[in-house]
Amino acid sequence: MELLFTMLVPAIMLLVAVWGLWKRVDLWTALTEGAAEGLKVSVRIVPALIALLTAVYMLRASGALELLGQTLEPVLSAAGIPTETIGLLLVRPVSGSAALGVGAELIQTYGPDSLVGRTAAVMLGSTETTFYTVAVYFGAAKITRTRYAVPAALCADIAGFLAAAWAVRLLF
Amino acid sequence: MAMSVIWTVMVGAAILCGLATGRGEAVAAAALEGAAAGVELCLSMTGILCLWMGVMEVMRRSGLAEALSRMLRPLLRRLYPDFSDDAPVMDAVSANLSANLLGLGNAATPLGLEASRLMARRSPGVASDSLCLLVVCNTASIQLIPTTVASLRSAAGCATPFDILPATWLASVISITVGLTAAKVFSRLWR
Repeated sequence: MELLFTMLVPAIMLLVAVWGLWKRVDLWTALTEGAAEGLKVSVRIVPALIALLTAVYMLRASGALELLGQTLEPVLSAAGIPTETIGLLLVRPVSGSAALGVGAELIQTYGPDSLVGRTAAVMLGSTETTFYTVAVYFGAAKITRTRYAVPAALCADIAGFLAAAWAVRLLF
Repeated sequence: MAMSVIWTVMVGAAILCGLATGRGEAVAAAALEGAAAGVELCLSMTGILCLWMGVMEVMRRSGLAEALSRMLRPLLRRLYPDFSDDAPVMDAVSANLSANLLGLGNAATPLGLEASRLMARRSPGVASDSLCLLVVCNTASIQLIPTTVASLRSAAGCATPFDILPATWLASVISITVGLTAAKVFSRLWR
C-alpha cells in the first residue's frame, strides 16, 4: 500500500510522458518550459515567504502562538485538532502565502513525519484560500448579494480542518 | 491591503507578547532567522515544484485537461441543472473543475471567472444557487496531487513527501461534500 503511493508520482510522470508522445506533443520542450515556469513561480513567492516566515518565526519565539493554542485548547482538543496548528487555522482562509509560511514552519519545527507536521500538510492540501476566492469570483461577476456562499464555504473549510486531523490519526 | 494588516498584526503581536513574557531577545533573533529561512525554504522546494510544473505543462499541451473535462460533463449537468443546456457555461465549469483537479491553478481561475460571469447574467447582482455552488467548489481544494505541500515536506527532509495523498484525498472529499451539502441546505433556508 505504502509502495503504491510512493510509486504513484513516478508512475504519473511516465503515464503523462507516454500519453504526450502518443498525442505527438513536443514532450521535452513542454517539460522544460513548464519547469522554467516553476522557476518564475518560485521567484514570485520568495519575497512573500521571506516577509511571512520572519513574522511567523517572531510569533513562534514570542510564545504568542502557544498562548493562543493553550487558550483554545478545550475547543481544539475536543475536535481532535493539534493545538500547534492554531496559527494555520487562522490564516488559511485569508491568505494563501501566509498559510504556506505558517505550514512550512510547522512542518520544519515538528518534522514532516510528525503528527503535527502531517496534519498541517493535509490541512494545507485539503483547503483553499476561501475569502480570496470568494472576493475574486463575486468581483468578476459583479455580485453584491452573495447570499449563503460564504457560510457554506466556511462549513467546507471547518470540515476540511476536522477531517485532516482525523484522517492523519486514522491513516498514520 | 489585507496582507499589510495581517503582517503588521503578526509582527506587533510577536513583539508585545515577547516583551510581556521576557523573550524580547529571542523575538529579535527570530526576525533575522525567519528571513533566511524564507529563502532557504523557497530554494529547497523549487526543484520538485519545477518538475511538477513541467509534467503539468505536458498534461496541458497533450489535451489531458480537455479529456478529463469531457468525462466530468455528465456529473456537472446534475450539479448545475439550471445551466445543463447552456453550452458555454458547462464548457467553462467543466474545464474549471478539470484544471482544479489536475492542479493547473493558473488555468482554473480564468475559466472559473468566465463561468461565474456567464452565470451572473441571468441574475445580475445576486448570487444564484448555481453560482454559490461554483464558488463553494472553488473554495474547496480538490487538487489530486498537492504539489506545493509535497514540496514543503521534501524541503523539510521528508523521503516520502507524497505519503499524505490518501489522507489529503479523504479530507478533501469530506470537505467538499460538507460544503455542497451546506450549500444545498442553505439554499432552501436563504431567500
